[in-house]
Amino acid sequence: MTDAVVVAGLRVSRGRTVVFDGLDLTIPAGSVTGLLGPSGSGKTTLMRAIVGVQKVTGGSVTVLGSPAGSTRLRRRVAYDTQSASVYGDLTVRQNLRYFARVLGAPRGDVDRVIDEVGLSDQADRLAGTLSGGQENRVSLAVAMLGAPELIILDEPTVGLDPVLRAELWGIFRSLADGGATLLVSSHVMDEALRCDRLLLMRAGRLVADTTPHGLLESTGTDDPDAAFLALIQREDAA
Amino acid sequence: MNGIRMSATAARVLRQLSHDPRSIVLMLVAPSLLVGLFAWLFSEQDGVFDTIGGPILALFPFVVMFLITSITTLRERRSGTLERLMTTPLGKSDFILGYALAFGAMAALQAIVTVTFAVVVCGLDVDGPQWQLGVVAVVDALLGTALGLLASAFARTEFQAVQFMPLLVFPQIILGGLFMPRDQMPDVLYAISDWLPLSHAVDAVNAVTAAEEGWDLWGPLLIVVAFTVGALVLAPLTLRRRTP
Repeated sequence: MTDAVVVAGLRVSRGRTVVFDGLDLTIPAGSVTGLLGPSGSGKTTLMRAIVGVQKVTGGSVTVLGSPAGSTRLRRRVAYDTQSASVYGDLTVRQNLRYFARVLGAPRGDVDRVIDEVGLSDQADRLAGTLSGGQENRVSLAVAMLGAPELIILDEPTVGLDPVLRAELWGIFRSLADGGATLLVSSHVMDEALRCDRLLLMRAGRLVADTTPHGLLESTGTDDPDAAFLALIQREDAA
Repeated sequence: MNGIRMSATAARVLRQLSHDPRSIVLMLVAPSLLVGLFAWLFSEQDGVFDTIGGPILALFPFVVMFLITSITTLRERRSGTLERLMTTPLGKSDFILGYALAFGAMAALQAIVTVTFAVVVCGLDVDGPQWQLGVVAVVDALLGTALGLLASAFARTEFQAVQFMPLLVFPQIILGGLFMPRDQMPDVLYAISDWLPLSHAVDAVNAVTAAEEGWDLWGPLLIVVAFTVGALVLAPLTLRRRTP
């Protein structure tokens, strides 16, 4: 299996704090990789580095064979930020039409993604008048426009009910089955079990690069929350 | 630069505005109300409004567009949508020029409304052709738009953006020849005022009201256009795809 993302010796500082001091990891193509860890562990910074909007001080990030942020990647990589980055004073459909035109995505895509995130009934409402969860789904829909090969989603399921979360994970799975690579961050540990691979981060370091099965097995638990705790305790003891 | 993405951005900005009718009314009507207030203020004094009415037409659309543009683009920088756009094929100049097109159209509309109001309702007497007054007012409003786009790059918060008014706009008003003819100013201030775009905007309006032609009118107007273009060229350079 080839790697969609190769991070080598990545160093990032924000202000005086060092976020990464030589981070190495890879993300296999065609899979759903979960990025887990407490808030402040560097999940968002890593995602920003992969899409090429994060200033880095050293190391390299290679995405689909090109340096992160290259012009040729801008249609192939989609990014959904943690807080909904859509226009509150446009309707759902108007938001998607604009991003579709910027990306050069086919027109039919707009209705397809609105339907996929379950917002057909709200398509003509202003994004700013939707609930937080609905607005996040508009933002997620933008990341599904066109046919991106790498989709980076920063906590896409925050504040959603279990039914919707299950539906969205179904969509993530079908995107990966279609050949796309997904990197999904979350701090809800039970979502970890839905991923193919897991990256566990803590304080800017990779604590574990494993699979859901491997995580549970190595820690001797059947609950991802407990497994993560066990890993951290093992780290602290070492 | 890409025409499709630029016009898509302009259309998107106008569509956002269309959901906010109150702002549209304020934008189109506010300068006229201020001009009307001035006309009323000097209604007992013959000829005063005819002298200062022109420069005011250069001023209000400029100020209003500067404020609106700098705050709206700043909102985009802060809301996360700009960061998202920076991961798409959208060029930095597509973004800036898209905004410039949308607000430029609003600025032109506003200038036309204001000039019409000043001439028809307030009875502003100009010696030159009225269409020239319209052209000058539109160009001045475009200048406000372009400077607002540039200024928003240097503000981190809406609060800072508003502070640029006293910093960038008020000195231009004071030195622009509105309160005192520029050639009567102390030498140093006169020299400074030569470098401020609004001074030339006021010169251009005064040229129209005095029915001057040729270089006296088009010279200052060209300078204002040059400042506008300069600001639009510089503004994309202030955008960064990568941020700390």
